[in-house]
Amino acid sequence: MTSPLEQKKIRIAGPSVVTANRTWDGIVIYRTARRDWSAKLSDAAIVRTSDEARALLAESVADDVGAVGAYIAPVEIKESGKIKPGNLREHIRLQGVTIDLPVPA
Amino acid sequence: MYAYDELDRTLINERVEEFRDQVKRRLSGELTEDEFKMLRLQNGVYLQLHAYMFRVAIPYGTLSSKQLRRLAHVARRYDRGYGHFTTRQNIQFNWIKLAELPDALADLAEVGIHAMQTSGNNTRNVTSDQWAGVAPGEIEDPRIWSELLRQYTTLHPEFSFLPRKFKFAITASAHDRAAIKIHDIGLRLHKNAEGETGFEVMVGGGLGRTPFIGKPIKPYVAGHDLLSYVEAILRVYNQYGRRDNIYKARIKILVHELGVEKFAREVEDEWQQMRDSDTALTLDDAMIEDIRSRFTYPAYEKLPHMPEELKQAAHDPLFERWRKNSVFTHKVQGYAIVTLSLKPVGGPPGDATADQMDALADLADKYSFGEIRVGHEQNLALPHVAKRDLPALWKALDKIGLATPNVNLVSDIIACPGLDYCSLANARSIPIAQELTRRFANHDTADLIGRLHINISGCINACGHHHVGHIGILGVEKNGEEFYQITIGGRADESAELGTLIGPSVPYGEVADVVEDIVEAYLALRARPDELFVDTVKRLGVEPFRERVYATR
Repeated sequence: MTSPLEQKKIRIAGPSVVTANRTWDGIVIYRTARRDWSAKLSDAAIVRTSDEARALLAESVADDVGAVGAYIAPVEIKESGKIKPGNLREHIRLQGVTIDLPVPA
Repeated sequence: MYAYDELDRTLINERVEEFRDQVKRRLSGELTEDEFKMLRLQNGVYLQLHAYMFRVAIPYGTLSSKQLRRLAHVARRYDRGYGHFTTRQNIQFNWIKLAELPDALADLAEVGIHAMQTSGNNTRNVTSDQWAGVAPGEIEDPRIWSELLRQYTTLHPEFSFLPRKFKFAITASAHDRAAIKIHDIGLRLHKNAEGETGFEVMVGGGLGRTPFIGKPIKPYVAGHDLLSYVEAILRVYNQYGRRDNIYKARIKILVHELGVEKFAREVEDEWQQMRDSDTALTLDDAMIEDIRSRFTYPAYEKLPHMPEELKQAAHDPLFERWRKNSVFTHKVQGYAIVTLSLKPVGGPPGDATADQMDALADLADKYSFGEIRVGHEQNLALPHVAKRDLPALWKALDKIGLATPNVNLVSDIIACPGLDYCSLANARSIPIAQELTRRFANHDTADLIGRLHINISGCINACGHHHVGHIGILGVEKNGEEFYQITIGGRADESAELGTLIGPSVPYGEVADVVEDIVEAYLALRARPDELFVDTVKRLGVEPFRERVYATR
């Protein structure tokens, strides 16, 4: 994970979102265009330029009470418009562990 | 078991209430995450991929049945019904909510469990031999000294803001089950020429990005000088350890850069200065005896070496298979130490469900004087089992999935949580371990292979101790894909060594094939059926294994 500070220096290479963990329970959340958070990736605000990404991240980091550890993460936009995580780490964060849990949920 | 006194209980309870207030202030916005992060880490709370992770200390790996039941309760009430035993005698809960953590800590505090020293740049949970107090030939119970160190270092202001985390391990046996040589300070209890008990001190061991085996800096420190000598080491570290670069901040880097002789001289000078100025804490016999007296031992019966129940059960090949690799010699005749594998075929290494914990607590009460041990190999143990009870215990363990007969064999794999849980990981560990346990599920094959330790880490931080695995597997990321580097020849015992890389990393889908190739090469190359894998590698080097693995890749 790249810290928000370091991410200020980098450019995004494709469509991206801002993700974090919700403070009170730690679940994975995404920044929405409504300046809020959602547990659904489909609700995430998509940024396509580095300036947009930096602005969305800055706004997200400012919500220190609601979210922890906000950062920019790549996504893929399918032809259908569906948003998919851009790498394995983000896939696991969204879908959960790739193994069966010892106690089924 | 160690009995906490009023001071211990007060300290733990006050700590819970302090953290409750800190969490409340964090959730209200009074504390920012930057302000709160160090506070939560000092209470064992990390933020992982999906949730907060809560790491709870099991000092020197000793648990009572009451404590194990309480861990089960925390798993069930606050988490998802299971816990993960780590490579440093801790248990981790992976799905805990920050808002509920103070209540979980309060529930644990009622039975003397806490999360201090499980995170942060301080002295971490003091670990020891999981067979402490019951191992034959042991100099004395190392937990007495572990507890002294635990009490001395807990919340000690000079040790609470170190350049980096700092880990102690202690053993009192010739065979090192505590992996002391891969710790910042490793202590080996032994007797000097006068027959007095003291410590050989090793410093600067550790794995991670820059692995080192610990180096001896003093052959003998008397018990009553242990705390002052350790303090001198930590003072030198505090003074010279780097704080400008997290990757160079561990004491192993300082020892390496200064040179072990110069480091040892610095410690000796500091120690002498403390002694000259009368500031060195010298433990008197009463202090040591006070700690010793609070460890209670079972009232063992006088039992035969080979009871009738065991003779009869020996006719059952399934029992015998389990007994041969799970049951170990106890210091008291008629008793045995039983290791319980947390490595079922296809299961995540080190995980135990709340139901298993509760059932095991009952078995500990029935068969092991209410005591359970936790080892760095991510297995559990019952330390005081009468041999006559072994057949009944085996059947009971089998019913709850804790009788997999693979202890110390190829499928007894140590693995970190990896990318399935960990925010630092580059690659997954658990699915690799699961696939390997399936490949080596045949017990006859595993017996034929013999003792072989596989260690898997999902990143260079090496929580799975891959550097010291007989076969070490390290997950790396290449262009967004999971790849794995393979090392062989490492070991974590008294002859600790770092493994050697055999060649280029291999993709996720090929790891199990590569391990099979290495094992097949070993079976073909070993000098005798009882030559262990690690000894064959030592004798022949890595080249024959490299050739075998890469010839067709």
